[in-house]
Amino acid sequence: MDTLEILKKLTSLDGVSGEEKPVRDFILSHIKDYVDDYKIDNMGNLITYKKGTGKSGLKVMLDAHMDEVGLMVTHINSDGLLKFQTIGGIEGRVLVGKRVRVGEKGIPGVIGYKPIHLQESNERNGAVNKKKLTIDIGAKDMDQAEDKVSVGDYAAFAYDPVDFGDNKLMAKALDNRVGCAALMEILKGHYDCDIYGCFTVQEEVGLKGAKTASFQVMPDIALILEGTTCYDVPDTQEQSMSTRCGKGPALTIMDRSVIADRDLVKLIAQTAEQNHIPYQYKQTITGGTNAGRIQVNGTGTKVAVMAVPCRYIHTPVSVMDKSDFTHMIDLAKKVLEALPHSDVAKNSAQLVKPASVNLFNDKGGKTHV
Amino acid sequence: MECSELLKKLGSISAVTGRENMATQRIAELFGEYCDEVRVDAFYNVIGVKKGNGQNPGSVLVTAHYDEIGLIVTGIEDSGFLRFAAAGGVDPKAIGAMCVTVHGKKDLFGVIGTKPPHLIPPEDADKPIKMEDMRIDIGLDGEKARELVSVGDMVSFINPAQELMNNRLAGKSMDNRSGVAALVEILKELKKLNHEDDVYVVATVQEELGLIGAFTVTYNIKADLGIVIDVCHGDMPDSPSDETFPLGKGVAIAVGPVLSSKHTKACIKLAKSEKIPYQIDPETGDTGTEAAVHSIAREGIPVMLLSIPAKYMHTTVEMVCVDDVIATGRLAARYIAGRVKD
Repeated sequence: MDTLEILKKLTSLDGVSGEEKPVRDFILSHIKDYVDDYKIDNMGNLITYKKGTGKSGLKVMLDAHMDEVGLMVTHINSDGLLKFQTIGGIEGRVLVGKRVRVGEKGIPGVIGYKPIHLQESNERNGAVNKKKLTIDIGAKDMDQAEDKVSVGDYAAFAYDPVDFGDNKLMAKALDNRVGCAALMEILKGHYDCDIYGCFTVQEEVGLKGAKTASFQVMPDIALILEGTTCYDVPDTQEQSMSTRCGKGPALTIMDRSVIADRDLVKLIAQTAEQNHIPYQYKQTITGGTNAGRIQVNGTGTKVAVMAVPCRYIHTPVSVMDKSDFTHMIDLAKKVLEALPHSDVAKNSAQLVKPASVNLFNDKGGKTHV
Repeated sequence: MECSELLKKLGSISAVTGRENMATQRIAELFGEYCDEVRVDAFYNVIGVKKGNGQNPGSVLVTAHYDEIGLIVTGIEDSGFLRFAAAGGVDPKAIGAMCVTVHGKKDLFGVIGTKPPHLIPPEDADKPIKMEDMRIDIGLDGEKARELVSVGDMVSFINPAQELMNNRLAGKSMDNRSGVAALVEILKELKKLNHEDDVYVVATVQEELGLIGAFTVTYNIKADLGIVIDVCHGDMPDSPSDETFPLGKGVAIAVGPVLSSKHTKACIKLAKSEKIPYQIDPETGDTGTEAAVHSIAREGIPVMLLSIPAKYMHTTVEMVCVDDVIATGRLAARYIAGRVKD
């Protein structure tokens, strides 16, 4: 399977925050043979270890969160409709008229809406009230619904990827299966530094998985691979577009969670220029990433974020330019090659690290959980 | 073909109102399997004729519209994004983050974009978004977009029907492909029955723009009885209970001023005796359906309105129960076969 096929397959799997197993299982089965060791931690993070050539003692963590925004069934109404709440940020009107899969069995359902003919004028001219939406699986009453689903079941958007336009891909959960697919590809390469490829959980509900993953890895440097906001549509001021589709991976200077390491960002930009790989800077400072958690891990980590611009993220129909994805992989690989010889690495190595939990010290065998 | 399979197939067809010629051929082929003759008129109404065996056959006209709501391209931006307006009663609240097909020089996939929540300022969070502020993203730059798309091209929603519990289907354009499926059920049923009258089964156009196809059809075919098959509102929370009808409880037979009281009463009686599940749909106005057109066509066609309850009308997840479609077809066919004559 080539990298794009892997990405498409990843987007067709469901992994709402807290229920990332289907995504993790797929990733693990495809990268097992490319890493020296791996473990699944208590939270569900998949932490992989790929030993470097030994020419550099630098410890680099690569992070990509596996989870996606979705829904949870919070009540079953007497008429068989399912009340739900969103997990992660989803706008109300994005939910209307959408197909979902509910629970482990993937029971099909739809999110309906009051017909325009029956709406009162205030409803007609107002915004969608998320609290009034329900999932309809076709059940006649509560008993029938309870036969198929339970309160607490997760629900994910049921949308298959579509190639379209000029090198574009539409899919759900591009945030952040693009990061996952990129990291899977990167792990197939060979590098001088030690690589810890971390596929993390629960980013969308507050950057949770990255905290425990980085605690276990104690990296010198971390690179976060993401799908980020992009709104390069007409009538949008340039600074409000965040990023632009097809203009290369976006580097974060600052967002709600982090101010990226200045030298590391500079190194990435230089590497991109030297290798003629397009890149851009993210223009907005909204949203947060795992970089915010990993940066303050232990005595501190130098972090940077590299992201594929994704239009309409947090909807079932996010759109990316495939070239941004392949350029992000190329750039990350080049950065990993350049890092050990860079000033950034020298500065990191000078830092005094506390005796850390080095869970991969025991080379006696694989760590299975 | 089994009704559920047929309806799923019909739901996947695009026939945006005013541009039904995209689908005319397929509807004509479908009718051809069961009819003595199929005609297409200048408006793309598809007319299937099934001859009766009477000495002096009367004529029964059954209409169900096959157009669907959609969008029309009103402009192409330099960046390749498309501006659009509604074709039919599209709710702007129900089309964000939706997959569409732009019927340009070729069919193009697109999505209706929405701003990610990260970039929406808190003061705008509860503001509705107007259709003129939305764009379709076809993933092309302006030059390529202009090569393939023209102002005036139609856009259809993508959401083929999927099966849910209790023989229910949810998808785009169940309004009114479920009516078209009921027309086919009528034809199937009539094959088994003896009927004296000539039956004209017509899939009509441009209902969503104002019942337009029905005007020419009711002029063209001199009918002694008209039957209109459409959808009515399925019951859902927070909706008026007298204007919505439960799914799976049978065909909704309309009662009201524009409808023939004689035929409607006889039809209700028949439903009872044949044990075909039905419910009464009180229609105090002109029904908002083609029945309003039938009733004042020529010298006035006595008309009945049979409706299939559909939840979430004019969204892309319109939901019907296949049992109701079958009940509608059975009742109409049986009424035609043994109908009350003047």
